[in-house]
Amino acid sequence: MSVTVAHTLDEALELLAATPSATVLAGGTDLMVELNMGHRRTDAVVCVNRVGELRSWRHDPGTDTLRIGAAITYAELMDAPLAGFSPALAQAARTVGSPQIRNAATIGGNVGTASPAGDGLPVLRALDAVVHLASTAGTRDVPFAEFATGPKRTVVQPGELITGVTIPVLNGFQGYSKVGVRNAMVIATASACLAVDTNGHTVRLALGSVGPVILRAPEAETIAVQAADFEAGTIDPEAIPAFAAAAAAAARPIDDHRSTAAYRRRAIEVLSRRLLTRAFPAPTPGASS
Amino acid sequence: MSDTTAAVPTTGSNQMYVLHVNGVDHEIRDAWLGESLLYVLRERLGLMGSKGACEQGECGSCSVLVDDELVCGCLVLAASATGQRIVTIEGVAPVGAPSDVQQAFVDAGAVQCGFCTPGLIMATHALLDRSPEPTEYEIREELSGNVCRCTGYGRIIEAVQRVAVARRGGAA
Repeated sequence: MSVTVAHTLDEALELLAATPSATVLAGGTDLMVELNMGHRRTDAVVCVNRVGELRSWRHDPGTDTLRIGAAITYAELMDAPLAGFSPALAQAARTVGSPQIRNAATIGGNVGTASPAGDGLPVLRALDAVVHLASTAGTRDVPFAEFATGPKRTVVQPGELITGVTIPVLNGFQGYSKVGVRNAMVIATASACLAVDTNGHTVRLALGSVGPVILRAPEAETIAVQAADFEAGTIDPEAIPAFAAAAAAAARPIDDHRSTAAYRRRAIEVLSRRLLTRAFPAPTPGASS
Repeated sequence: MSDTTAAVPTTGSNQMYVLHVNGVDHEIRDAWLGESLLYVLRERLGLMGSKGACEQGECGSCSVLVDDELVCGCLVLAASATGQRIVTIEGVAPVGAPSDVQQAFVDAGAVQCGFCTPGLIMATHALLDRSPEPTEYEIREELSGNVCRCTGYGRIIEAVQRVAVARRGGAA
């Protein structure tokens, strides 16, 4: 077994080119559990969480997009300045593990592990994020929607490294909610991210832990868009239960050791309703407008 | 490894690597490179303060600082922590001269069986360094990665609050 700590992106890519079977180690919060439990063996580890290019982020004011390096941690996403660009990603970050986990766990690791329960992933799905990949042969961008092919399976090829994700900075409500057995240190039983684009008049709803990959709920989104007044920030209240029902119908949950399909579907209905109500709060009775 | 990677130091099987723990360089020899930092601290360096329970980042008993960040030692690949500053509970204060946090835990009765205490001391130092006057809600959230099965947390929160008060010059 060998362990190499890369400090530049070129070093990391050359190491992966030389040993395509190498395991990429970022925050360690997924890989080390498997190593500690003896569920995984590896001959070569390439450690990437000190690679400067992966530790940086950049806001492009021209396109109003945010590129987040793969080794940015959830602790960093939770706080200013990054939290200001994506409130939902900051909310999701705050629900990840504990301070100890958030100090180590990275957005790139969450994307690469591709668990259906990954807390950052519904946000990336709702925002139509792009995943950036690199190898010594070049770079490519993959829409997040096409990145995961199944539970913990992705399009990443041997020798390729996730270098970051790009998300749009939207004007409008963003929220992330999840259900689990307690508030801290919990893997989502069901989760949802709602993002409103007030300028583009879209409502995006993504669902976690209720399918083999993160799902969108397009029928629910259409119901919300048709019922919303984006300028006034209001919605026809009769559309809210229909939105929640359509969200639950879009879920493809299973029974497993963490919960049942029926409970998860119900949880999605409740989370979706709550998120939409927060996005379009009912006007105060009697208030003139 | 190919020639192109020769500039990057790679630790190979049975090769020695160095960990900088509590201000001292330690050579780790003849170790499996898949070992966690927690395992190396306890079993190879004899630093038994960091506790091992869940070995999956759930309990916080192995909390240490790596380059000033509070992390679970069980989730750090030891051989990847070369060149980083590692601080364990043994590095917080000399034996017989407890830190203010350690003393407050004793004074508040926040220690019962003591197994979680080293991790909680590390987490409390990290919390108060970042947020000198945390609210109770903040304390609960920031210590949520440290599981205690004895105290019910009330006295732990009291201990943290005592340190915060004492540090801003109030009566402890």
